[in-house]
Amino acid sequence: MTISNENKLTFECETGNYHTFCPISCVSWLYQKIEDSFFLVIGTKTCGYFLQNAMGVMIFAEPRYAMAELQEGDISAQLNDYEELKRLCLQIKKDRSPSVIFWIGTCTTEIIKMDLEGIAPKLEADIDIPIIVARANGLDYAFTQGEDTVLAAMAQRCPDNKNYPSKNAIEPTTDAIHPPLVLFGSLPDAVVQQLTYELSKQGITVQGWLPSTRYTELPFINEQYYVAGVNPFLSRTATTLMRRRKTKLIGAPFPIGPDGTRAWIEKICSVFNITPTKLDERESEVWSSLENYLELVRGKSVFFMGDNLLEISLARFLIRCGMTVYEIGIPYMDKRYQGAELLLLEKTCREMNVPIPKIIEKPDNYNQLDRIRDLQPDLVITGMAHANPLEARGINTKWSVEFTFAPIHGFSNAKDILELVTRPLRRNLNLNEVSSEMYSSRY
Amino acid sequence: MKLAYWMYAGPAHIGTLRIASSFKNVHAIMHAPLGDDYFNVMRSMLERDRNFTPVTASIVDRHVLARGSQEKVVNNIRRKDKEEKPDLVVLTPTCTSSILQEDLQNFVDRAALESEADIILADVNHYRVNELEASDRTLEQIVSFYIRKAILSNSVSKEKTIKPSVNIIGILSLGFHNKHDLVDLKRLFSDLDIEIHQIIPENASVHDLKNLSQAWFNFIPYRETGLLTAQFLKEELDMPFVDITPMGIINIKACVRQIQSILSNLGSNRDYEKYLSDQTKYISQAAWFSRSIDCQNLTGKTAIVFGDATHAACMTQILSEEMGIDVLWSGTYCTNDEEWFRKKVEPFCREVVITDDHNVVGDLIAKTEPNAIFGTQMERHIGKRLNIPCGVISSPVHIQNFPLSYKPFLGYEGTNQIADLIYNSFTLGMEDHLLDLFGGHDTTDVLTNTLTADNDIVWDTSAFAELSKVPGFVRGKVKRNTEKYACQKGYTEINLEIMYEAKEKVNT
Repeated sequence: MTISNENKLTFECETGNYHTFCPISCVSWLYQKIEDSFFLVIGTKTCGYFLQNAMGVMIFAEPRYAMAELQEGDISAQLNDYEELKRLCLQIKKDRSPSVIFWIGTCTTEIIKMDLEGIAPKLEADIDIPIIVARANGLDYAFTQGEDTVLAAMAQRCPDNKNYPSKNAIEPTTDAIHPPLVLFGSLPDAVVQQLTYELSKQGITVQGWLPSTRYTELPFINEQYYVAGVNPFLSRTATTLMRRRKTKLIGAPFPIGPDGTRAWIEKICSVFNITPTKLDERESEVWSSLENYLELVRGKSVFFMGDNLLEISLARFLIRCGMTVYEIGIPYMDKRYQGAELLLLEKTCREMNVPIPKIIEKPDNYNQLDRIRDLQPDLVITGMAHANPLEARGINTKWSVEFTFAPIHGFSNAKDILELVTRPLRRNLNLNEVSSEMYSSRY
Repeated sequence: MKLAYWMYAGPAHIGTLRIASSFKNVHAIMHAPLGDDYFNVMRSMLERDRNFTPVTASIVDRHVLARGSQEKVVNNIRRKDKEEKPDLVVLTPTCTSSILQEDLQNFVDRAALESEADIILADVNHYRVNELEASDRTLEQIVSFYIRKAILSNSVSKEKTIKPSVNIIGILSLGFHNKHDLVDLKRLFSDLDIEIHQIIPENASVHDLKNLSQAWFNFIPYRETGLLTAQFLKEELDMPFVDITPMGIINIKACVRQIQSILSNLGSNRDYEKYLSDQTKYISQAAWFSRSIDCQNLTGKTAIVFGDATHAACMTQILSEEMGIDVLWSGTYCTNDEEWFRKKVEPFCREVVITDDHNVVGDLIAKTEPNAIFGTQMERHIGKRLNIPCGVISSPVHIQNFPLSYKPFLGYEGTNQIADLIYNSFTLGMEDHLLDLFGGHDTTDVLTNTLTADNDIVWDTSAFAELSKVPGFVRGKVKRNTEKYACQKGYTEINLEIMYEAKEKVNT
């Protein structure tokens, strides 16, 4: 059994043989978010095949993304990287005229040590388009960490007073009662609006978001600005903002679930010495609107196999909803960046009087399937590779990738999380008659 | 470097994995970085497989980059050997691992010493062959591995079966309608009174491969996978093979006649002519369909065809010879099979196109403006953009091309399916055209107006801007529900706050 009886968090690390998406998948949501961008993934057919299939129908919508597919001559350095990239980027400039081109480095560019960071500034000057390099490869990172590498690289490009002293149009407004705050993490515009609005109700002005909807509208980031993350997988971005841009990081739980959102706002308020108003009311209102869903999940158990780094926050929310979490698998655990979230998890377990789940870093899917067989959880949150086989063995599953694409942040979207979590449970209520006839083996 | 948005055939390792995972009790271990096991997702999603895909990765990470895989690959093979007890483990290099130039053969040799399973290294060059070519090679590699092993131990059976029998080679997972085709092939051979000896690789056991030689001949339904194996078996064991795809009435005839001639060479005289004419008259509706008035209306209509060599070639012939449709051009992305393809389709179309660049295909479609397209999912989407109907006849495909219902492309039932596909593509185009002429049936605007006209609710600028960001297909619903909510609450103006409130309370 993986449930620990201790009331402190325990961390384990397995073999890292787990299924997840390649981090280059971040182009699929980032090109949509940053409207004037173009993403060039420099890799092989394998990378292209993954994106083509993972992005599904989006690929037919003429996405602002392409592969620079490496040929045998590129690998053996018979072709000149600079010339090749120049040729492709000029074509992109001609066809799409983007405001920025992102180069996504892959496993292959790592192995052949293609000097993307070295080539980019030269080519940038040559063709007069900003080029940002992010190494989002499967050698180092998992799935959503791809966004982290891109945002960390973008953080360096945000203007400040030193570099753009004349353009201070976006400078802090004088009537703000607190130092400037910039939030980081890519969210759909509607969710950005909602979170900004929640903060404005507390008298907090959001100076800007990294990323913004257009590359040309990146926020000013000056020394001593405050920054706060909205997603748990952004530790490199946070580090870059602190070390390179000399900002102050507000370490808070993430605004996922009403409990998380409230704690997030409270923490930001407390840093600015603002007493939050009506948060209590706001939170309990949201909880009571969720009652129909909560009835379904109370007392049920969950197993996170782990693939997108949202696991800690989601587990914390589900425990608050009355569920028991057996295991939290997670690709990578930054205990500093997620510190406040981990504390909230611990606190939530104590308050809800449930055992504290084990956190398994770099899990081994084969071992996890063994544990799932023993524990028979009511719900397994997992990747698509295991979902159908588990369903065929009578285990309910929810596809974890959906949590990355659905709006799950803020008070207003708590319902969407539970909508996802309860879907298999609600389906079972409807399918009673046929489920018993389904060909499946007990696991 | 090549600027690429879309590819018709996947990378080589996908072909290898499709072969390995099609066999029963064969496990593939990929030497690959995290995230390259996307094959498992595709198999689990597209084929809705109930079982775990027998593919695991031996992860290449920073440590491997710095120090080499060392014991990692060997340990992973041994571990799988113990956990799953497979008959065969196929170590599969990926494009990343092949530039590391580690001595994978050495890992295989070492792991083989201590494993119960046989272990081989898939021998494909990732920068020279694609998915389809790799699947062909891997199948040949596995078959030749077991045949050679049997030859060495003198256990290849020289005996043929008493009744005429056949091996069907090249039915594999994630193949376009392969499983449905197999059902119809079984029926065809049972009608021809020929025993099916083995079907490979689908659900086959590698231990049976040494008995392949007991069959009288081999049958290759698809050109892309199986030809190399058939050629190997011809050279090594002198087994004849049939490689005419029985897709469409004319091709079925040619295929069956070739089978007849092979059987008579081997001393079994059969006459299938009556069978062929009976089937064409009574089982397949396609021949009658060609005479019916519906099909007369198709005369002179134009179409283009694009897909893998097998399906594109057969489809072109069916459209031209069996339906009287004018095929403007026909093409394939199997650039390695150009010679055969040209020879096969030249009589049936005005022009032959060999390319794996979807932009070329798209431009050509736009330029030639056919009445219908028969192609892959890519052509379907090109058709959508240009308002030209499309029937999907070849991989690459989506989940809707793995239908639950029985939809073969081969055999006599296949001819019915194809006739439906063709006819439906053309009539839908016609319907659309008529609707356009008579003013269309798009009534969404009208609906929205009637439901919201009687209240005087105003949207403030920021809320309206927010509303316009909601995806078009649900915007009307969100607008209606928000207004309904505002009405109930007695608000006359909707601002952001009310919008969010409505979202929470009534799930707009």
